[in-house]
Amino acid sequence: MAHAKNHDYHIVNPSIWPFVGAISALVMLIGAVVWMRDGSPIFALLGLVGVLIVMYCWWADVVKEAQGSTDHTPVVQIGLRYGFILFIISEVMFFVAWFWSFFRYALFTQPETAEFAAGGSFPPEGIHAFNPWALPFINTLILLLSGCTLTAAHHYLIEMRENDGVVSETRKKVFQLLAVTCILGAIFLICQALEYAEAYHEGLTLQSTYYGASFFMATGFHGFHVLVGTIFLIVCLIRVGKGHFTAERHIGFEAAAWYWHFVDVVWLFLFAAIYIGSATFFQVGAH
Amino acid sequence: MAEVSVGHDHAHDDPGFFTRWFCSTNHKDIGILYLWTAGFFGLVAIIFSMMMRAELMYPGVQFMTDAAGAPDGQQWNVAITAHGILMMFFVLIPGLFGGFGNYFMPLMIGAPDMAFPRLNNLSYWLFTAGGTLACISAFVDGGSGVGWVLYAPLSTSGSPTMATDLAIFAVHLSGASSILGAINIITTFLNMRAPGMSLFKVPLFPWSIFVTALLILLALPVLAGAITMLLMDRNFSTAFFDPAGGGDPILYQHLLWFFGHPEVYIIIVPAFGIVSHVISTFSNKPVFGYLGMVWAMIGIGLLGFVVWAHHMYTSGIKVDTQAYFMLATMVIAVPTGIKIFSWIATMWGGSLRFDTPMLFAIGFIFLFTLGGVTGIVLSQAGVDRALHDTYYVVAHFHYVMSIGAAMGLFAGMYYWIGKMSGRQYPEFWGKVHFWSMFIGVNITFFPQHFLGFQGMPRRYMDYSEAFAGWNFISSIGAFISGASFLLFIGIVFYTIIAGRRLEANYWGHGADTLEWTLPSPPPAHTFETLPVISDDVIKYHDYTLGGGDVDLNPSDK
Repeated sequence: MAHAKNHDYHIVNPSIWPFVGAISALVMLIGAVVWMRDGSPIFALLGLVGVLIVMYCWWADVVKEAQGSTDHTPVVQIGLRYGFILFIISEVMFFVAWFWSFFRYALFTQPETAEFAAGGSFPPEGIHAFNPWALPFINTLILLLSGCTLTAAHHYLIEMRENDGVVSETRKKVFQLLAVTCILGAIFLICQALEYAEAYHEGLTLQSTYYGASFFMATGFHGFHVLVGTIFLIVCLIRVGKGHFTAERHIGFEAAAWYWHFVDVVWLFLFAAIYIGSATFFQVGAH
Repeated sequence: MAEVSVGHDHAHDDPGFFTRWFCSTNHKDIGILYLWTAGFFGLVAIIFSMMMRAELMYPGVQFMTDAAGAPDGQQWNVAITAHGILMMFFVLIPGLFGGFGNYFMPLMIGAPDMAFPRLNNLSYWLFTAGGTLACISAFVDGGSGVGWVLYAPLSTSGSPTMATDLAIFAVHLSGASSILGAINIITTFLNMRAPGMSLFKVPLFPWSIFVTALLILLALPVLAGAITMLLMDRNFSTAFFDPAGGGDPILYQHLLWFFGHPEVYIIIVPAFGIVSHVISTFSNKPVFGYLGMVWAMIGIGLLGFVVWAHHMYTSGIKVDTQAYFMLATMVIAVPTGIKIFSWIATMWGGSLRFDTPMLFAIGFIFLFTLGGVTGIVLSQAGVDRALHDTYYVVAHFHYVMSIGAAMGLFAGMYYWIGKMSGRQYPEFWGKVHFWSMFIGVNITFFPQHFLGFQGMPRRYMDYSEAFAGWNFISSIGAFISGASFLLFIGIVFYTIIAGRRLEANYWGHGADTLEWTLPSPPPAHTFETLPVISDDVIKYHDYTLGGGDVDLNPSDK
């Protein structure tokens, strides 16, 4: 063994998934262009299926490495945490773009800058802001509650002590609280869908001036992140059921929890700026 | 040692061709892939620039005509767009950050590989997929002719064909690739430094890659949002940038340049790192003012985020806003000056050797300083009124960040090609490459300052006959530098086929970072026993040298 590894880092075996994933992404995007040009959606969907398959297989490999061997040493675990925090930071910057677009119109439609803005009113004439204290407020409470149930699940998880093969009472509690969190995520998405339906019913659409564009894209991308976070939590739920997590080692769970809290905080900003702001302090002109 | 390797599969130490190059999880192989692919896209981008200079050689439209012989501006627009997108996203970043960053950052901090090797490979393949899309976007459906900045409304209502959608997706893929790469690099830098290598013992090149990665992490997602808005405006009739729906095209410029100015530093900062090592090696002295160099890079990175609107002085932003951005922009000259003076101070009193990497490093300092000085001129909002969108700007940014970064890239190539391939480049032809490129680019771009002062606007395929003289000279220079790139390709192939074989540290005393303790080329897996960095001397426990501590610079004792 001339090349014996004598350190704690994870030297990963070659993997086909990155290559297949990138090819699938290429097919998906070319397909998306074809689709948007009124062509067939078949290539976009094929590419999407490829991407999803790669995600599943790749992360299955990661789970296998986490469970089956000594690959995930303490230093590798630290690296995984760094990596996930950095990913969340990049997501925060992605939302900066959408908030920037909203604030540009919300702040610079004020009376003194009215000459630069459409009609000098915000939201634009003909668009009525939502009542923030109806569905949006309920959604806020749902997300905050889900953050509580998730944190409670985490506390039970780090208290969890179980003997080989015996499912402990605490693990059942983790499972139940996590399940409640997933359900709350799903309820949030349903409420969001109802709200969109109401918006379209009242004439606020994606095409209704810059306001419709900013509103639907910012809240829509947030909703997509809730969906991703919910799927992430469901995966964790399955892994709790399989007994993958221990009190000391549950990075997948931690990552999902961080992601969920990030999604939660983004919503608080959306709620404060887009919902309350549009209905009160950003409002300019006759409404 | 058998017991520690239990559970680790070593069947892949000698992988087949497909496994090695398509399924790679090895930072050196992925670095090599990045360099080759960036070189290929570089050739395509240079061909586009040769087409443009051929067209601009004489007044009138000679080549870019339609079938009937009438001037076809779309061909010109496609050439500048493809040249810009390829060079920015698919040549300079992947070459410097992806290629050298991947190959040498882990080696120089004593890490066995990157933190996330599979993710690393995904970054590479997404970059290749994006570059493919960018090339396709130049050729289907009339090509995308909106400029690399993709300004609305030209990129929304002004370019209805699918080519621009493809260009936007190409930038999306490049962004995803760069963000994943940045996550990988930052984690590796923070988590995998060799024992004893505290942050301020890290060599300058890993530092430069780390700073670059932070810029990518914070800037690229904003661009992703901005071009997603473009895509929505184009295909789903939203009104982000459409005044008919109350939207504001200037908003796109803000979002684009909030990314775009850090982007300039994303390209040039890795070159800072390379040049520091090359100058130190060939001056046979440590870098002057190491701490100042590190903090200057961090400072340049931070300032890069608060100066974006200096690209937009003529867009109608308020005078107060312009005053702020002018001041903030001029502040960048301070950390930049620290770097330039530190490089000069490193050379001062050193025993200089003028091998090819050193020539490119000095060429870098010359071009970067000259371009930096014209940058100070352009940072004045008042002066910029006259010079905005003229050839003065073209000359400025090609000096400071395009050719400047390319000089850094070539300095790194000649410095490290022996390490990567195990064979040395032919010194005479390397020097011929340097001088032909250096003279070529200066003949190309120096006259463009004069053209800009005379008022010649950029992004046009034709010009008044008053500008004919300097345009002719500029084109001659471009052909010289184009030929020098062909020579470079020849040198690379000659080197890897027939170059002289090399020992571990072929630059000798002065090259004192960890990669020089490894054989040339290094084995597939390096630092399987981690090097230990002591307080004043780097010690390396090397299995290939039969064990024991190896002192890199015995004469320092």
